[in-house]
Amino acid sequence: MSTVPNDLRYSKEHEWVRADGDVATIGITHFAQEQLGDVVFVELPEKGSTVRQFSSLGVVESVKAASDLYAPISGEVIERNVKVIEKPELVNSEPYGNGWMIKVRLADKGELNQLLSPTDYRSHIGETAGAGGD
Amino acid sequence: MATEAPTLRRTPLYEKHVALGAKIVPFAGYEMPIQYEGIVAEHRAVRGSAGLFDLSHMGEFVFKGRGAGALVDRLVSSDIAGLDVGQARYGLLTNESGTIVDDVIVYRTADIEYVMVVNAANIAKDRAHVLAHLTNDVVFDDRSLDTALIAIQGPRAAEILASKTSADLRGFPSFGVARGRVAEVGATLARTGYTGEDGFEVFVANPDAEAVWDALLEAGRDAGIKPIGLGARDTLRLEARFSLYGNEIDETTDPVEAGLGWTCKLDKDFIGRDAIAAKKIAGPARKIAGLFVEGGVARHGHEVVGGGEVVGRVTSGTYGPTVEKNIALAYVPTALSKVGTVLAVRIRGKDVPATVVRTPFYRRVTE
Repeated sequence: MSTVPNDLRYSKEHEWVRADGDVATIGITHFAQEQLGDVVFVELPEKGSTVRQFSSLGVVESVKAASDLYAPISGEVIERNVKVIEKPELVNSEPYGNGWMIKVRLADKGELNQLLSPTDYRSHIGETAGAGGD
Repeated sequence: MATEAPTLRRTPLYEKHVALGAKIVPFAGYEMPIQYEGIVAEHRAVRGSAGLFDLSHMGEFVFKGRGAGALVDRLVSSDIAGLDVGQARYGLLTNESGTIVDDVIVYRTADIEYVMVVNAANIAKDRAHVLAHLTNDVVFDDRSLDTALIAIQGPRAAEILASKTSADLRGFPSFGVARGRVAEVGATLARTGYTGEDGFEVFVANPDAEAVWDALLEAGRDAGIKPIGLGARDTLRLEARFSLYGNEIDETTDPVEAGLGWTCKLDKDFIGRDAIAAKKIAGPARKIAGLFVEGGVARHGHEVVGGGEVVGRVTSGTYGPTVEKNIALAYVPTALSKVGTVLAVRIRGKDVPATVVRTPFYRRVTE
């Protein structure tokens, strides 16, 4: 699995977005989970609440420290990942799979254009373009 | 910290840590490994098999001479005069007002020779404290910069170390200390540690550190030994409810409230004895309580809330990988320190339930 999948958009704060119609799934990147270390606690917004692009969305705590999560995109929270709240280590083992955080109904699809492409995100984290691995 | 620190020191094992893929952080003036594979994996290796720690940043003070025993007995709160050659004891350096300068282990390595291991961050302060009380029948030697300290801890530590040492480990008592050879080099071995597991600490001269480190990693490979960083060292000690200087104890805390009254031998004369005896009689106004925290990870400095009011502060908090709970230690009023008391920890402005529990959070099963 690539550490920066090609089908996602990215924020500079290391969140990813998978847009499917007007629903977007949000998580944190492989790079982010590696920097955090073992994730032991995840705090996510309630279903029905709204999040605003680039504002605080929740908190991820590793053994070492707490880090803020930022919404890469605006919208209404239609689902939060209960599995990741119960088993925070999913953020480490499957950051792009079962370790996702929330699903939102997109408020403005145009916001996706303000996010980084996989290539741009790779250079943002100092990875050689196209290398994909670590 | 953003101080203009002088160049950070490196232990003789620095290159080993880098080669093992460690994340390196500044700690107590040294560039130290905080983790290699990950804190949880390292923590579990120590509980389940064995882990190897580079503790060469710690300080080693040697006291020699006719008056060495009497001097160290006056400096340290515990019964140093009662140590036989080959025995070690935990204790506190205290000041006249009865608060804590440092926590130390004293090893009686010969008839008139004692080694005191002190916290890395406190070496300069402790040295000044010792020198202020030095008597002319003792030679004091700070060997911190040329002594390496490697700890091997965990249920399989003794077996792994036994394959690489001349010392007989089977009859080696807890808190025992002896000279021996490890990986063909001269060493001082002690059955002490800071993890809540059985284990040993091995002191060698700096140039010999790599040989000992490599030999123990190699000897423990089949057992699954791992190098352990400062991150797991902290989660291990916290589960075992060992105090960390700068968190649970410092010069504003006294041994009674810190739960270290047992280290104070009040029927001998030591610095701060009278103040500590008075505190013991008066009873502590606050105490360290162990907490299970539900719905967040408590961290050093977080406020503890009881009955809607801030009643104390968290000294240390983490996720405990073996107890699989968020655990914390906090100073709270004595009346609120009883097991079962429900308090809260204020985490990012939210009061999260925290219940006072018995400590240690983790105790190893011994047969």
